[in-house]
Amino acid sequence: MVVTDIPTKIVYERPEALDPRVTHYCPGCTHGVAHRLVAEALDEMGEVENTIGVASVGCSVFAYNYFNIDFVEAAHGRAPAMATGIKRVLPDRLVFTYQGDGDLASIGMGEIVGAASRGEQITVIFINNATYGMTGGQMAPTSLPGQVTSSSPTGRDVTRQGHPIQTAELLSTLTGSSYIVRRSLHNFRETRRAKKAIRTAFEVQKQGLGFSLVELLSNCPTNWGMSAVESRDWIEERMLAFYPLGDYKVSSAVADIKI
Amino acid sequence: MAKELIKGNTAVAEAALRAGLEAYFGYPITPQSELLEHLSGRMPELGRPFVQAESELGAINMVYGAACTGKRVMTSSSSPGVSLMMEGLSYIAGTEVPMVLVDVVRGGPGLGNIAPAQGDYNQIVHGGGHGDYRIIVLAPSSVQEAVDLTALAFDLADKYRAITCIMLDGSIGQMMEPAEIPPMQPLKTDIPDWAVRGARDGEKRLLTSINLDPPAQEAMNLRLMTRWQAIERNEVRYKGYYLDDADFVVVGFGTAGRISLSAVRAAREKGLKVGLLRPITVAPFPNTVLDELTEKVEGFLVVEMNAGQMLEDVRLMVRGRKPVEFFGRMGGVVPFPDEVLTEIERLVKGPRTTDGHPRDRWLARLAETIG
Repeated sequence: MVVTDIPTKIVYERPEALDPRVTHYCPGCTHGVAHRLVAEALDEMGEVENTIGVASVGCSVFAYNYFNIDFVEAAHGRAPAMATGIKRVLPDRLVFTYQGDGDLASIGMGEIVGAASRGEQITVIFINNATYGMTGGQMAPTSLPGQVTSSSPTGRDVTRQGHPIQTAELLSTLTGSSYIVRRSLHNFRETRRAKKAIRTAFEVQKQGLGFSLVELLSNCPTNWGMSAVESRDWIEERMLAFYPLGDYKVSSAVADIKI
Repeated sequence: MAKELIKGNTAVAEAALRAGLEAYFGYPITPQSELLEHLSGRMPELGRPFVQAESELGAINMVYGAACTGKRVMTSSSSPGVSLMMEGLSYIAGTEVPMVLVDVVRGGPGLGNIAPAQGDYNQIVHGGGHGDYRIIVLAPSSVQEAVDLTALAFDLADKYRAITCIMLDGSIGQMMEPAEIPPMQPLKTDIPDWAVRGARDGEKRLLTSINLDPPAQEAMNLRLMTRWQAIERNEVRYKGYYLDDADFVVVGFGTAGRISLSAVRAAREKGLKVGLLRPITVAPFPNTVLDELTEKVEGFLVVEMNAGQMLEDVRLMVRGRKPVEFFGRMGGVVPFPDEVLTEIERLVKGPRTTDGHPRDRWLARLAETIG
């Protein structure tokens, strides 16, 4: 017997904010997941036509190709400054940056600290994969002690090459920041929590509650020299210890947000 | 409106605001800070964004973002700060969004000092940032002229989707003079089609300076250069003094031009047939009038507050057809009219030559004077 009257229900589809095209990201890379989470949040909030994104320099330099929203492309590290300029003249739009760890935590440290300390009403999606992906896997400000990269071939020696920067912890010390959390994309459970954090961060901005940043522990199978599965295990086994997940700054007004 | 006694920096700030400046982003640096300070009060009064950035890098990139919305935006700084902005200026040029930069020039290189100079000419006029781009550069020689050029700077930036720089010698920025500031203009209401705003009409807009495909980048370079040719045709501005019967011509911009005018007048009183060409746009450079003068006169004296940076643009146009001599003071030293007059008399008296380089002859004389 052929059953023809099974009711259909769409349980999963491409968010309106995402462009239906194949990305340039490597197989297994979590950039695509992060993009999707941002797009879902904008869809749910009905903000697709009211949002301006600021892409940065790194693997996500072409992020603007994958979103159906207005975008500008910043110089390396300067996305928070560019977002500040846009938000100040268009205060009723949602403005977000999408930055990697080399961009945000090294060359752009001045701009991110400036934006956070001003309590700039922008949202920052911060991808931390402990490497410079676009340029071929060099040591990043976030590379772990002992981590082998193309510019720390014997492993990061903290006596010579310094210690990794814990961005969420650092920015949470600033009075101007309102919502600073770290999440991870290495499994489904954490990915769902990441989604909720991104949605919350955009709500913070929409309600004018201040500066919001979501740090996302991410992978780089290509430059880490691992399979996608191995790379996710590496996040869990190595990165979580140095970059604990959690809410580092939730201002009292933000704590009242219900999603 | 009546004239008021007003400092150059403050006057430019107020003139910008009245020309429809919608957002200002800056960082303190001497001798520019009064400009930022004035706007820190006035912009919030009018409900317009003002941000004191974390650095000049921050300021220029805030301008970059705000310029992408099609609004009238500006930053200001002084030489070392403008060096830091070069990255952003290249990106802004590459994205073809309009903005106004005020560079209140001081002595350099390095930290140098806070005295007036013209040593930023090469950096501002001939680039500074990476890649092929040009910016429009206006060089006022008085507070009133700086005020008048401020509104023009915004108009030119909008018209050509270009960066316009008001190159204000530290002396003009710091000097108080009587000036009339034009009345308040309404803010621009038309948003250019290219400006980002949120994809409200379903049409997504992207503003970027990246072009991974070299032929596409080259097409973009061609568009920029073709636009620059139009600017060269349409926007040259200069002022000539006593040129009609001049046998010798002094060329100087900004403060050096103004000091040279005093020297030229003194020379006229001595019966010397000397004129002055004062470029107001140093980019685009007044090549045509210089070419015409080359055919008519017996020699040129270029006067600058640097080591002869505009001198090379003059020599390029004169092309060895007539003698060109140079007189400059560097490092924040401002020449006296008497010094320029001495140089005029030296040129008139001769002997004159088209051999060698005028900078070498000047450096030899300067070493004797200050060495």
